[in-house]
Amino acid sequence: MALKGNLRDFSTTQLLNLINLARKTGTLTIEGSEPAQMSFREGKLIYASMGRNGNNLANMLQRAGKLSDKQVQIIESRAQNTSDKQLGHLLIQAGYVTQSDIIQSVRQHVLDVVYKLFTWAEGLFRFDANELPSADRITIPIDLESVIMEGSRRLKEWERLQEEIPDLDVSLRFTDRPDARLRNINLTVEEWRVVSFINPRNTIRQIARANNLSDFQVRRIVYGLLQAGLVEFIQRPKPAHVRRRQAAAAAGTQPVQQQSPSVKRSVVHRLIDRIRSL
Amino acid sequence: MQAVKMVVTGPFASGKTEFISSVSEIDVVSTERRISSVSEQIKGSTTVAMDFGRITVGPDLVLYLFGTPGQRRFDFMWEILSEGMLGFVVMIDSTKPETFREAKRILETFQSYAATPYVVAANKQDHEDAWEPEDLRIILRLPEEVKILPSVALEKESVKNVLLELLYSVLEKMDEEELG
Repeated sequence: MALKGNLRDFSTTQLLNLINLARKTGTLTIEGSEPAQMSFREGKLIYASMGRNGNNLANMLQRAGKLSDKQVQIIESRAQNTSDKQLGHLLIQAGYVTQSDIIQSVRQHVLDVVYKLFTWAEGLFRFDANELPSADRITIPIDLESVIMEGSRRLKEWERLQEEIPDLDVSLRFTDRPDARLRNINLTVEEWRVVSFINPRNTIRQIARANNLSDFQVRRIVYGLLQAGLVEFIQRPKPAHVRRRQAAAAAGTQPVQQQSPSVKRSVVHRLIDRIRSL
Repeated sequence: MQAVKMVVTGPFASGKTEFISSVSEIDVVSTERRISSVSEQIKGSTTVAMDFGRITVGPDLVLYLFGTPGQRRFDFMWEILSEGMLGFVVMIDSTKPETFREAKRILETFQSYAATPYVVAANKQDHEDAWEPEDLRIILRLPEEVKILPSVALEKESVKNVLLELLYSVLEKMDEEELG
């Protein structure tokens, strides 16, 4: 039977929990801002994709920093019809990547897609039982419990970051004399990449695209830089809409529980016999 | 004459009136009005006070089935209807996931009124889009001991099964109370 609905009514967390507990096999399709799919085998996440592009192995390895842009361009021009599995074998044999690189990159891609889905508040979903990705895709079984835990944690962080940086179409600039301060702090490679793109002409969204960072990742980095006082918005985004918390539980006493009516066992048996005879 | 009461509750358009009509020996006394709200124009009319059905067991015993209005603005009626009930049925339209939360809210409200047995009827199981009862259990976080029964409110046998399961739960509760 169908499992259909809208993320308005059930969150990604609830759906993953259902699939995990019911040990379902099949593919969950979500029609949000772009189409997304997650596939499961006996309650384990095995594959995910989002949008029309960027879901093949070459792109995954590029995002993981295992292949250069040029290498990907060559692969795309020469090996267009090569499946992910075939490409994986070729790259391992040629010594470009290891099997571990492939597993890690696919796993990271799948998790990136799923964690992004945690932030979707709307979108029609449909679960097609027993429908799985084609055999040429590389699938990696991932326990859903840890994904649900991490997704929920990220969701909270996401909500906070969304409030702090609601608009990605703004630019950043360094605050006065940032160089001195930059020298004294430890930045990760990703943070340095973002820093290197900070320029009044580049919006945060453009910086994210240039570095293959998700909205969540770039927000987290920019938030850190803002908090450290290293950068500031050129055009301050509009203040985030603060959701009004629901009013506290209605005042007043709870209704007193009624007592069950005193009905004899024989009466219940008579009711049963009567209903059976209907 | 002893009268025993059971309540059939659930969200708007979950099939309560049809459920009672399928087994009532009288035409269901339904206080229905034409739908005025655009958002609720799923069906032509709806129950604004209650449905009332009857099953005569013998000259000294009768079972009344009361259906609650599904619209939230009539929820002041719920507590009145629940008074003295032997048990209750929570109807869920299995094809409308947007109503599942409301069903859970109604279930919890009725639980707070009375510690009586209840069952959940996963209605419209004959529809292609229906969610499976066990999926409903997980998504609504209903414990294992709560019976979620596949049902089709328009089919008498299906409705009989729901009512029988509720009565079995009543007997089980009596057993528990006697033992402990």
